[in-house]
Amino acid sequence: MEISRKVERLAPSGIRAFFDLVLGMKDVISLGIGEPDFVTPWHIREKGIYSLEQGYTSYTSNKGMLELRQQIAHFLKNRHGLDYDPQEEILITVGVSEGLDLAMRAILNPGDKVLIPQPSYVSYGPVVDLAGGKPAYLTTDINQGFKVTAQQMAQACSKGVKGLMINYPANPTGHSYRKEELQEFARIVKKHDLFVVSDEVYDELTYDFEHTPFASLKGMKERVVYLNGFSKAFAMTGWRLGWACGPRKIIAGMTKIHQYTMLCASITAQMAAREALKNGFSDVLRMKKEYMRRRRFIVDGLNELGLPCHNPEGAFYVFPSIKNLGESSLDFAKNLLAKEKVALVPGSAFGSACDQYVRISYASSFENLKEALARMARYLSQRPKKTASSGKK
Amino acid sequence: MEDILEILSNNARISAEDIAKLSGKKVAEVRSGIKKYEKSGVIVGYKTVINRDLMPESKTLVRALIEVSVSPQKDVGFDYLAERIYNFSEVKSCYLVSGTYDLLVVVEGESLQTVANFVASKLAPLESVQRTTTHFLLKKYKEDGQILKRAHQGKRMNISF
Repeated sequence: MEISRKVERLAPSGIRAFFDLVLGMKDVISLGIGEPDFVTPWHIREKGIYSLEQGYTSYTSNKGMLELRQQIAHFLKNRHGLDYDPQEEILITVGVSEGLDLAMRAILNPGDKVLIPQPSYVSYGPVVDLAGGKPAYLTTDINQGFKVTAQQMAQACSKGVKGLMINYPANPTGHSYRKEELQEFARIVKKHDLFVVSDEVYDELTYDFEHTPFASLKGMKERVVYLNGFSKAFAMTGWRLGWACGPRKIIAGMTKIHQYTMLCASITAQMAAREALKNGFSDVLRMKKEYMRRRRFIVDGLNELGLPCHNPEGAFYVFPSIKNLGESSLDFAKNLLAKEKVALVPGSAFGSACDQYVRISYASSFENLKEALARMARYLSQRPKKTASSGKK
Repeated sequence: MEDILEILSNNARISAEDIAKLSGKKVAEVRSGIKKYEKSGVIVGYKTVINRDLMPESKTLVRALIEVSVSPQKDVGFDYLAERIYNFSEVKSCYLVSGTYDLLVVVEGESLQTVANFVASKLAPLESVQRTTTHFLLKKYKEDGQILKRAHQGKRMNISF
């Protein structure tokens, strides 16, 4: 049977096969994992368990438990001065991934273009595509710290561009934006009458300055779907819980799709999330401190190995360049895995222009990071020099 | 807590070079910092946390928590008596506490009998010790923030976006 041509076209590419290879292998030191290496703090897990004991096993409101939405509204007000009405402007989603899909489907009409800075998280392009839109990539590189410039953005705002998909701190590069940089983007957004979907799931892991939500910029709240979640800050990836805030019209649209396709997020996860927001912020600080140390260690370590690496402002990723090695990111990843059992994600997974990079996650213990760097050093010193005259491979 | 101390408190065996890399300090700075802490007594010592239950041929040691009620003495208060108690090598920890008794003393010995003897012959006869209540420890679950059951690691997949 023929399946949807659009789905057929969606590319899992060579990455899938590489992932299968890694997943099937034992004793790998992995720097390829896109989630915290902490387990969800016990008091949060305990709350989830207790809710089950108490018999909280039902559906919740489509939008999610009102108490949780109220807590989120309260938190956003206190932390960022954002005003969102928990009744009409907040939707609890099954992770930020669902929120992203809902936002695109609720906003886009066939052929609408969405600007996406690249390198980008793997789902942005496909989600726009599935919603009938067209991704328009803004390519960045290591020299600009992977930050898209206002000028780049302005130049790309041709006819048919309806929106901007932005993510900071970013997966896979870890870069983030200061308020002044975001204000420049906001001016362009206003000038070209764009909507913005802003994925800020790593916001609590911002190291060098205060995180500024896009929606908190002057005049932006009515244009922004602000996505966030519990996965990264509270080490709750497997619970699959996020939230979307935005103008009521868009949230109503997203809720419609959500109620037909998802109904609601899991009540256990919602109960645990209420505990996370209530008592979880000291855990966040503890984890953040640890990530900051590891960031220092890995950035210096990679630069010493001769793999140029920028200093990212947030998340737990670095995106060093392997350009000097003269091999594709997938080949590098495969060889490193085969020879030294170190796993990382080839840059090509994050966009066609990213083949000279690899994504390294430092959400791994110090001992692992140290051992992985040592193995990478060995790999690099043993690989045949490009200038070698012998034809051996 | 200061970076050097926090890193060391999680891993006392980490090298000064690695502390420097993690904290962004110079190696020399880390070394002199550690020296300073050792000299001033902020760093008291470096120990290994051992779970004897998992040792293949270990003699099990008996531990007891002993509540000691005392009448404090003029001029020296509790400190004098505490010192007389904590200097016994059998005493592993000694705390002054609020509540229904005064000193909480942790004693370790090779057998129930050794600990009982210690209490009867050394601790209880001390003048100004009014009463002791001995609780023998049956099982240790967590000590000084360390869960003693072998941690089962997170079950993350080896690779994910």
